[in-house]
Amino acid sequence: MGNEEKQCVCAIIARYRDVPGPLLPILQGIQEEHGHLSEAAMHQVAASLGRPPGEVYSVATFYTLFSTRPRGKYVIRVCENAPCHIKGAPAVIAELEKALDIKAGETTPDGKFSLEFTSCVGICGVAPAIMVNQDVHGNLTPSSIAQVLGQYR
Amino acid sequence: MQLQRAHVLVCHGTNCALHAPQALVDAFRRALRETRLEPEVRVVETGCFGLCEQGPTVVVYPEGTLYCRVSPADVGEIVSEHLLKGRPVGRLLYRDPAAVKTVQTFPEARYFQKQVRVVLRNCGVIDPSSIEEYIARGGYLSLGKVLTTMEPAGVVQAVTDSGLRGRGGAGFPTGLKWRFAARAAGEPKYVVCNADEGEPGTFKDRLILEGDPHAILEAMAICGYATGAHRGFIYIRGEYRLSITMLENAIKSAKELGLLGKNILGTGFDFDVEVRLGSGAYVCGEETALFESLEGGRGEPRVKPPYPTDRGLWGRPTVINNVETLASIPHIIEKGPAWFRSLGTPGTPGTKVFTLCGNIVNTGLIEVPMGITLREVIYEIGGGIPGGRRFKLAQTGGTSGGCVTEELLDLPMDYDTMAKAGTALGSGALLIIDDSHCIVDVARSFAKFFMHESCGKCAPCREGTRRLYHIIDGIAGGRGSPRDLELLELLSRTLYMTPLCPLGQTAPLPIMTTLRYFRPEYEAHFGSGVCPAGVCAEPGGSTKEARAW
Repeated sequence: MGNEEKQCVCAIIARYRDVPGPLLPILQGIQEEHGHLSEAAMHQVAASLGRPPGEVYSVATFYTLFSTRPRGKYVIRVCENAPCHIKGAPAVIAELEKALDIKAGETTPDGKFSLEFTSCVGICGVAPAIMVNQDVHGNLTPSSIAQVLGQYR
Repeated sequence: MQLQRAHVLVCHGTNCALHAPQALVDAFRRALRETRLEPEVRVVETGCFGLCEQGPTVVVYPEGTLYCRVSPADVGEIVSEHLLKGRPVGRLLYRDPAAVKTVQTFPEARYFQKQVRVVLRNCGVIDPSSIEEYIARGGYLSLGKVLTTMEPAGVVQAVTDSGLRGRGGAGFPTGLKWRFAARAAGEPKYVVCNADEGEPGTFKDRLILEGDPHAILEAMAICGYATGAHRGFIYIRGEYRLSITMLENAIKSAKELGLLGKNILGTGFDFDVEVRLGSGAYVCGEETALFESLEGGRGEPRVKPPYPTDRGLWGRPTVINNVETLASIPHIIEKGPAWFRSLGTPGTPGTKVFTLCGNIVNTGLIEVPMGITLREVIYEIGGGIPGGRRFKLAQTGGTSGGCVTEELLDLPMDYDTMAKAGTALGSGALLIIDDSHCIVDVARSFAKFFMHESCGKCAPCREGTRRLYHIIDGIAGGRGSPRDLELLELLSRTLYMTPLCPLGQTAPLPIMTTLRYFRPEYEAHFGSGVCPAGVCAEPGGSTKEARAW
């Protein structure tokens, strides 16, 4: 972890350390700022809060929005729960894997896209749906994937 | 003050937001400027109208003209024809699937006729970022009434008398919960709003928060007064960005007007609300798991009892209510328990917000009195099954709910009747599935969800949900046998009785109900059999599913 990153993590810890139950807000802040929770950052959080590093790691790996590995610039979250499933999510997923040439859980070699499964994100009215970072895309078909990805390429 | 002759309401709900409503709003403002109509017509970004399939939707008042699938390219015509010349743009009007003609105004649409909007009263009507508009519609009146004219015990009594039951899915009497917390020893007490909506097919809380955030703040303050709490937390999914923004903005404006914070309305009552974000875990919708998460740990459920009203957040007495439950509170205080009881059924008074998804013409958000039948919802409000297909089954209450078939469509929907019929009202998600789908494939999707979301704390759920998935995946792949169905039943009974929390307990419900009604379809997959719907892969081969995971 570079000096700059270390300072940034320090600032995030300082911002939340006095709120009740500070661990999640701190990890959320680091995740948002750095795109993942590095081992060094988790150690720093543990030391600052006076808690064992293992506890921080166990919390970090419990939640799907946290990642302990670097991810692509754009994280594509695909819903595969029943409401999206019956509206054609499997074909959409297959098309995404083909277009990006990666499997779910992987990142493209250029570091641009990561593809992940997610549970329902509450946009079932326009299923099948995906999220690209914070953007929502719905009513998808395999033929609309190229256009969606084009916005981020 | 400038009086406006017309209002253009553009839906900003997340389902419409994916069509970039900001571009629409900008286009309207530009066109109004160019035609010099700007001072007379106001453009309002509002919450969800409910017709998500038809988005982006725009309503023009005073007529209430409903336009669907509006693109920025259509805006010029709406302005020049409708707003300038008073002629609605026919090609953009909502087409009621059941009506011969297009619908001019939205109260005319069958989609809206059976609805009773209590919780959604302000959604799609006001600008949710404006506290003034909320107040103009009677907002914060109930909080004022409670603080100035009622004793805390009287508030609890009013909620008890209304018969309101928790809308998160469990249906527990809200008044009773408030009473337990009010009587519990221990300070400080907390009010928590459960906005960790994660039940597949459910998006009501998101759209309530996006469309009417102040209603939740007002209700939480009322609850705080009734139970002796001065601090509230809203635990909301991290993915719900627009709801989070709306809530934070609402808290800020409520504090500025003295409707939250110290000495509310000069009565000496203090109440503060904070927003806390989840980080992606379905199990955190379970109340004790939510407390664990709020306290900064892994969101794993606790053993109950003690119940939250005795020992909840940080071990203190806590009332935890769902968004929709809270949204009913100001109306109960304002209009009285008797009015609330006049809606719905005797056992479950009030209205229920349902989300329609799957193979149905009108997907989206509706609010109807409790006790309405599924048939009315699907065929009258929902517009039926599209594409000339036939209804096969509906799953009620989200993925943790049960499935019903054609014969059960006339059951009145409330907590008790649905439970007696072997399913659940749950969160109000209604997933409609047509006859092109294979029941085994659908059941596997349910099972996969629970396998993925089991938190792993207790063995029955951690191992049981995994086994459920693998047995069903085997059947879908043509590797099943009659023994697998016996195993599924045995496993389901065990899973129903042994886990720590409702996640594991409800996991077998959707599977068992599909097996109850569609056993022959499961059996058809055995041996050299085939998938009758032609969805699953060839017998013995790897399924599409196994490859994707």
